Amino acid sequence: MPDPIIKTCSYILAHAPNFVRYGSKPMREIADDPDAVLPSIESHLRTFQEAVAYAPNQVYIGNLHPDRLNDMEQPWYGHPLEGASRCGPYGESMPEDELLALMKLADDFDLVWLDKETAPILSGALRSNPLWKDSDLKKVDAGMERGRIDERIQHHGSLPLYRDGRVVGCVHRHHEQDDTLKAHVLMENLLAKTSGALALTHLLNNAKLRPDEIDFILNCSEEAVGDRYNRGGGGLAKAIGEMCGCAHATGCDIKAFCVGPLYAILHAAALVKAGLFQRVAVVGGGSMAKLGMKFKGHVSKGMPILEDVLGGLAFLVTGNDGESPIIRLDSIGRHDIGSGSSQQSIMESLVLKPLDKLGKKVTEVDKYATELQNPEVTVPAGSGNVPLTNYRMIGALGVLRKELKREEIDRFVMDHGMPGFSPTQGHIPAAVPFLGHAIDAIRKGEMENAMFIARGSLFLGRMTQLSDGLSFLLEKNPGKA
Amino acid sequence: MEKQTIIKKLVDERGVEDLVVVIGAVDPEVAQVTAETVTLGDPSFAGPLAGVSLRLPVYHILESEVKNDIPQDVYEEQAGFMEIVADTETISRKFKEIREKITQV
Repeated sequence: MPDPIIKTCSYILAHAPNFVRYGSKPMREIADDPDAVLPSIESHLRTFQEAVAYAPNQVYIGNLHPDRLNDMEQPWYGHPLEGASRCGPYGESMPEDELLALMKLADDFDLVWLDKETAPILSGALRSNPLWKDSDLKKVDAGMERGRIDERIQHHGSLPLYRDGRVVGCVHRHHEQDDTLKAHVLMENLLAKTSGALALTHLLNNAKLRPDEIDFILNCSEEAVGDRYNRGGGGLAKAIGEMCGCAHATGCDIKAFCVGPLYAILHAAALVKAGLFQRVAVVGGGSMAKLGMKFKGHVSKGMPILEDVLGGLAFLVTGNDGESPIIRLDSIGRHDIGSGSSQQSIMESLVLKPLDKLGKKVTEVDKYATELQNPEVTVPAGSGNVPLTNYRMIGALGVLRKELKREEIDRFVMDHGMPGFSPTQGHIPAAVPFLGHAIDAIRKGEMENAMFIARGSLFLGRMTQLSDGLSFLLEKNPGKA
Repeated sequence: MEKQTIIKKLVDERGVEDLVVVIGAVDPEVAQVTAETVTLGDPSFAGPLAGVSLRLPVYHILESEVKNDIPQDVYEEQAGFMEIVADTETISRKFKEIREKITQV
């Protein structure tokens, strides 16, 4: 049986400025000094139009090729794109009003209350979205008396939802003593579900598939849905699938820090190749914990807080259609437990070993997609330009193999790499934001192949000192036999 | 943050004399922030070195001053790859500036 393909993809951003305060880093800093930190955060938030017109966000939803960023003057936030659209070929940027309404739509346990005055405004906003206009929004319309919302916030551990500087609702806890079901965790999980469902809806729309044509869903979001007896128990894949009407699908969650999306695609490809399932959707929702993660660096440099969007993505893996790029299953690069943890050994495992198996040189891969964090987010916070370092490492491997000269590394980076453009949402930047652009370019004959490389920091969970990584080559379909 | 704790502990136990910090980060910006943190203090005021200016001499592993003091075969094995990856000129310039800043403080 031929190797599986990635038929199509979707990418969404949900603008969530009023959730930045609930990101892990802002929340801790606000608790330490609420009078200073919160006003400072609020005064550095962007409007929806500013987030839409931000060039890296336009790349993410497919309106611009990543290489175009090379020609654009930085800082990109200082050079908004005129006439930028919230919609793109891969998905959309969703404003916060629609996100709040969609969050209520995703809520199956009455965890979210919206006040009576605001609820119709939010549901009206969602009705204006072509993908949700026919949804049953009665649940959103209903609304709740403001007094009851205030009472829950003051006495029962509910967290306020904000809009235009005032409280317009809240998220409740669902157990008095269970920290995994407290309001903050449920808010985080609900936003992963909401943004994941938005990504999956766009995927179905892009693929022109009915929801019931999907038969397996793999969720690779960064959340820990569960309860006190099973933290991170899972179930988000089916929760997202249910919300999107995928009645004939089953599924489960894949966890592997930043390598999650690549493991999910690998599993999807294996399930299709084995003939167990025909159409597998891989979906990842956004991570509220990462909102405002580098806000201190941004604020100290007088920049807007750029981590104000939740990212979502979805991919459709199917059997060979004779057209779409194939996942070369003989190209899987693995970081085995015994591989060693130096940067060199990790990159050799993920890049050189697969190339050796395929008989290719480093320069025979048209584009490498590594971790694609937007450097404008990370550099001001002292975290460096992650993609650039990765591309230089791949170039250095070429130098060691005498396939490149050292002075050619900069050129190699320009030709075979790309500037980072992805929001710093943990799993989201892990190579896969380039999949959509790669599928398009390979279909058009502008590229033959692209290698996707993700690395994960397993040590962050304190169970092992190991790192992790996975890679695969996406290649032009040889066509029907 | 953990590295700040280790360096603070070493200084508390042994004092600042005979202590040199060698940074290994390959990204010049990251290396610079790390170097400034252990010498001039934590710019984010979040870690153990917030407001603590240790003024320790700081070098990068890819600077010639360090390279020349390490057996060539060991250096090649441990740092050879990163030497190709890194922009060593920028790193050397930034570290010289930081050391000059320490002497001026």
